[in-house]
Amino acid sequence: MKRTYLAGVSLTALLMAGGAVAETVKIANISELSGPGAAAGTVWAHGVELAVDEINEHGGILGMPVEMKEYDSQTDPQVSRALVQKAIDEGAFALLGTVYSSSTVVNMLVAQMNGIPQFTASEAPSITSKGNPYIFRTNWGAQKGMPKIGSYLKDQLGVSKVAIAWANTEFGKGGHDSFVSIVEDMGLDVVADIPSEQGQADFSADVLKIKNSDAEAVFIYLTQEEAARFLMEATKQGLDIPKIGDSVLTSEKVIDLAGAAANGAKGHVALTIAADEPRVQEFADKFSERFGYSPDYNAMKGYIGAYTIKYGTEMVGEVNSQKLADVVHGLCLDADEYPGVLIDMCWDDTGEVSRESYMVEVVDGREQVSEVLPAN
Amino acid sequence: MAELLQILVSGLSAGAIYALAAVGFTLLWQASQTINFAQGEFVMLPAFFVLAGMTIFGLPLWAAILTAMVLSLLILGAMFKKLIVEPMLPHGTLPLVIATIALGLLMKESVKEFYSAQGQPFPTLFPQHVLDFFGASISVQDICNLIVAFAAIISLQLFLGRTRTGRAMQATAQDPRVAEILGVDVKRMVMYTFLINGALAAIASILISPVYLAKFSNGETLGMIAFIAAIVGGFNQIKGALVGGLLIGVIDNVAAVYISAEYRAAIPLILLIVIIMVRPQGIMGTSEGRTV
Repeated sequence: MKRTYLAGVSLTALLMAGGAVAETVKIANISELSGPGAAAGTVWAHGVELAVDEINEHGGILGMPVEMKEYDSQTDPQVSRALVQKAIDEGAFALLGTVYSSSTVVNMLVAQMNGIPQFTASEAPSITSKGNPYIFRTNWGAQKGMPKIGSYLKDQLGVSKVAIAWANTEFGKGGHDSFVSIVEDMGLDVVADIPSEQGQADFSADVLKIKNSDAEAVFIYLTQEEAARFLMEATKQGLDIPKIGDSVLTSEKVIDLAGAAANGAKGHVALTIAADEPRVQEFADKFSERFGYSPDYNAMKGYIGAYTIKYGTEMVGEVNSQKLADVVHGLCLDADEYPGVLIDMCWDDTGEVSRESYMVEVVDGREQVSEVLPAN
Repeated sequence: MAELLQILVSGLSAGAIYALAAVGFTLLWQASQTINFAQGEFVMLPAFFVLAGMTIFGLPLWAAILTAMVLSLLILGAMFKKLIVEPMLPHGTLPLVIATIALGLLMKESVKEFYSAQGQPFPTLFPQHVLDFFGASISVQDICNLIVAFAAIISLQLFLGRTRTGRAMQATAQDPRVAEILGVDVKRMVMYTFLINGALAAIASILISPVYLAKFSNGETLGMIAFIAAIVGGFNQIKGALVGGLLIGVIDNVAAVYISAEYRAAIPLILLIVIIMVRPQGIMGTSEGRTV
């Protein structure tokens, strides 16, 4: 009898414990914590981590703590695909990641099949053009930034011949195609078109080809470590033309890796800690204090992604994947009311993002904003 | 012409560093029939010794390099021989090869775990100036890399050819039993070979990391290139490894500029296939007969 009673108490305790576990909001972050994408993926993951801890300190989502699991995609699309499935199998109701577009185009199909909303850092145009109702960017796609870069090259720099150095990946191809199409429509001549492989270490031939192409400016569309190596090689070979890029080129990581070689690089960026916004500065201070280094746009994207899940879920009023995906389509968040998004932003019905942007230049090892451009 | 000159200097500079790693392959093969598939990681690791010395222990660059050199001699030279090669060699070449592959993975994952998975900036020893030479922009860093790498290999050749210890090492490499009969301390000579390999790996690491950035995965590329260079040049000749390294460095750059940037990585592999088919002993290598 005593044994039966004890068994009953144990079972009740177990069920209660099970009930307590069920009262959490499960999300997952799948990012590039190793492999060639580690520089970007780690920073993104830290941004997510900071946001989740803050959310939990302030009562979680709908009063429930957030339980986040982290997965390392190893910058391998097939691994990322398997991990997205694993995260969903383990109960995640919303996903964050991946950063590299080559991985996201593969793993977002798994999230789509399972009806799970996914907030990605990827910027390849193809991500939001496939009609996937569960994918959402945390920054706009490359195709939205390219017209502004093209106008800057033509109207402000007066360039007629341009070179492009780009990563031969999903991210790079998307940006390359958009850029070439836009600048050619504007009447600019692409005189050197140089692809490079992921993880490429030696850029001497690439820089030499650009140098000998008579290009008046080079558009650099590479991932962080490759962008840093390119800038170092450009300095080594005395490539003395404007070096223009997107968020990557002027990011903290590239500046850290390239050192003085990053000075003078200019970028059209959506998110930068150089922005004159108190919320951005507060975020940068918290991030630096916690992780011991300055955040970049990927950290901001991770932070924004985690907070978007919170705001969207609380608008819906329940932890429901489908309803979260539905509410974010067409959603606009005012940063005064929803400070976790840092800067006002909107999503359209494809998951694409709109927000204002900045032209920045690296001066003495720091990003400086030279112009604020309106959202498009 | 200026373009070609620039490609040649840049290719030779990278190739000379590949040669340092490739020489390591040939040295260990000659001394102990060891094919060290962790050689790429041997070149990756010393850069992290330097960085750890500077960032964790606050050492100045020169002291960090000196410390890295000593650690490389101890860990990549002496400990590698004592803990991996000596216990595994009696079981044959294949188990040893597998052990070096495992060692490479262990080193790579350890750096990732204990230091960082991200690329790290690495200080350069040389000025970042660019010289204008007949219209070609020649980097002082490239020239210095070339000089240091050549100086290391020439010093090694002189040591092996002109000193009593060096000749004893060569005798050991050619026939350890006869060398022992002639009074050579074979074990000590083999140990010297492993120490030299550790030192060469450290020099290669310090020269290449400012360009490649220090990263745990650097060994994958470097090990593969050095292995190809050693086979192309001749696995049983130091001068072969030098020629192989320089050739790969130049061909890689020439291919990227004049053939295709997309297929540049394939060109050294095509060269490898051609050499194996046409001259299996390598460009400078000599044929070796083996009893089976």
